[in-house]
This record gives sequence, structure tokens and C-alpha cells, in this order.
Amino acid sequence: MSNVGIVIVSHSPLVAEGTADMVRQMVGDEVPLAWCGGNGHGGLGTSVEAIMGAIEKAWSEAGVAILVDLGGAETNSEMAVEMIGEPRSQKIVVCNAPIVEGAVMAATESSGGASLKEVVATAHELSPS
Amino acid sequence: MAASDFSQLIAATADTISSHADELTALDQAIGDGDHGLNMKRGFEAVRTEKDAIAAKPLPDALKAVGTKLVMTVGGASGPLFGTLFMALGKELSATPDRAALTAALGKAIEAVSARGKSQPGQKTMLDVLQPVYEALAQGKTAGAIADAADKAAEATVPMKALRGRASFLGERSIGHMDAGARSTALLVRAIAEAIEDS
Repeated sequence: MSNVGIVIVSHSPLVAEGTADMVRQMVGDEVPLAWCGGNGHGGLGTSVEAIMGAIEKAWSEAGVAILVDLGGAETNSEMAVEMIGEPRSQKIVVCNAPIVEGAVMAATESSGGASLKEVVATAHELSPS
Repeated sequence: MAASDFSQLIAATADTISSHADELTALDQAIGDGDHGLNMKRGFEAVRTEKDAIAAKPLPDALKAVGTKLVMTVGGASGPLFGTLFMALGKELSATPDRAALTAALGKAIEAVSARGKSQPGQKTMLDVLQPVYEALAQGKTAGAIADAADKAAEATVPMKALRGRASFLGERSIGHMDAGARSTALLVRAIAEAIEDS
């Protein structure tokens, strides 16, 4: 698929899955989508390994936009991108946006065939600063 | 460093983190999300399970393996932060570094952690311990004095206001508590300093 992929990373699997449900409601199967949440051991948190898996699942040659909730999700996502390595890491962006609104807006933008840059810009518009 | 010494060093770091896990969790509960002790224990115990295989590698590869294991198992921001510290040390060090090389490598590793966490010393984080440790190392202090400097630096995070991480959400209310990451860093510094001194 040539549309930009969307990855949702929350500390809570329930938040991540619920956000993904809301994205699917908007874009159906037009956008590669994956989510992960939890520390991989049954608790709240984020797992670099799970994030890497979600990126693989949502991978698109057009790139992948990652939406995160709190700081650890951001740090772990950036680490996951680095571990995936060049050249693919150049096409993955961790967005600075609220997770639910960001994911829905980014996916909607992606479903229209927008570039990674446009998708990320749409998500970033939701965050002042 | 001989493989058996590095293996002991891994065991010493896991011992100190695991035996202080409840304390680290309590510190993190006060001003964070309360998972630091459990997360760090999971990470360092995971490293311990592979300690002999890791210790058999040349020092740079062994340090990178420790860092990667922490990244993959901790399950919180501490994973990439402590993982980056060890991976950067592995990247910078030769197989047989002298003190000057170790000091320079720690300086680079601190820069890498700072970039990973988008943070600077003075923001109530692990960097507030790493920076004084670097300075003590550069000044030629003994292992014991370096470990003492780390403890003192962790204590010095108590009156600080947190500017990064979950604790920063509390603003002024983060004042009066020790940063959990600073404490775990000081614990690791003491364990490593004592292991190196003994080897």
C-alpha cells in the first residue's frame, strides 16, 4: 500500500486499541495501521520491541507516522526508529501531537494519499508550540 | 577487563538494582508513575541471565549488548536512557581503555543520554549524577570518592524542581523528593566503581 502508515503507541493497550478503533472508523483499510501498548509484561508502559513490531506491521514505502502519549512512549519510539536503522528510519516520524486526535487526523490525511511530510504536519497542527 | 571481571560487574549491577528495587519504586511513586524499581530490576536481571555470554565479548561489544538488552526489556523510558548510556560507552571505548579514554567515553555517553532524553543537567534527572561522576573521573578521584560523589549528587536532586519526565507534571510539588533515576544511577556507579577497583 502506498499510503503513509500510522502507528499508535500508548502506555495502555486499551488506549492504543481504542484509538486504533477510532482511526479504522474514519479510514477503514485504506491506511496501514498498527498499535501497541503496555510494557510487554502485563503492566502499563511501552516496549521498544513491540513498537518495532508495530512499525513493521504498518510499514509503507511512503513512510510511517507514530503517535504517542506520554514521554516514555516518545523516548521508546525514538529508540525503536533508531534500532530499525537507515534507510527506513528516514521515513519514520514520531509526531508531537495528542495521541487520539493526532492519529485520527494523520490517518485521514494519509487516506487521501498525502505525503509523510503532509501527514506529520497535520498532526503537528494540533499541538501549540 | 577480563571476562570474569565483566561478568562480576554485571552481577554487581543487577544485585544493587534488585536489592533497591522497592526503594526506587517508592521514590518514583512519590513524583512519577511508580514503575522505576520494577522496570530497572527486570532490565538488569535480563542482562544477568546472559552475563557470561556478554562478558565473553570484547568490551565494546559487551557494553553494547548490555545497552541493547536494557532497551528491549525495561519497558519504560529508563530502557532507552540507560541503554543509550551503555551503548554509547561501547561505541566510544576500545577493548582496553585507560582512565583518560574512559573519561572521554563517559563524556560522549552523557551527551548521548542528554540527546535521548532531550534534557540537561539541573533538570532533576540521571544526568545530575552522571555529570558530577564525569567530573570526579576527570579529576582523578578514587573509585570510592567517585561513588561518594554520585551519592551526594543524587541527594542534591531532592531540592530540585523536575523539568523533564513525569515528575515535571508536578511542578513545584516535585521539590523535596529524590529523583529515582538519579538514585539508580548512583547505585550503578557505586557497584561499577567497586567492581573495577576490585578487579
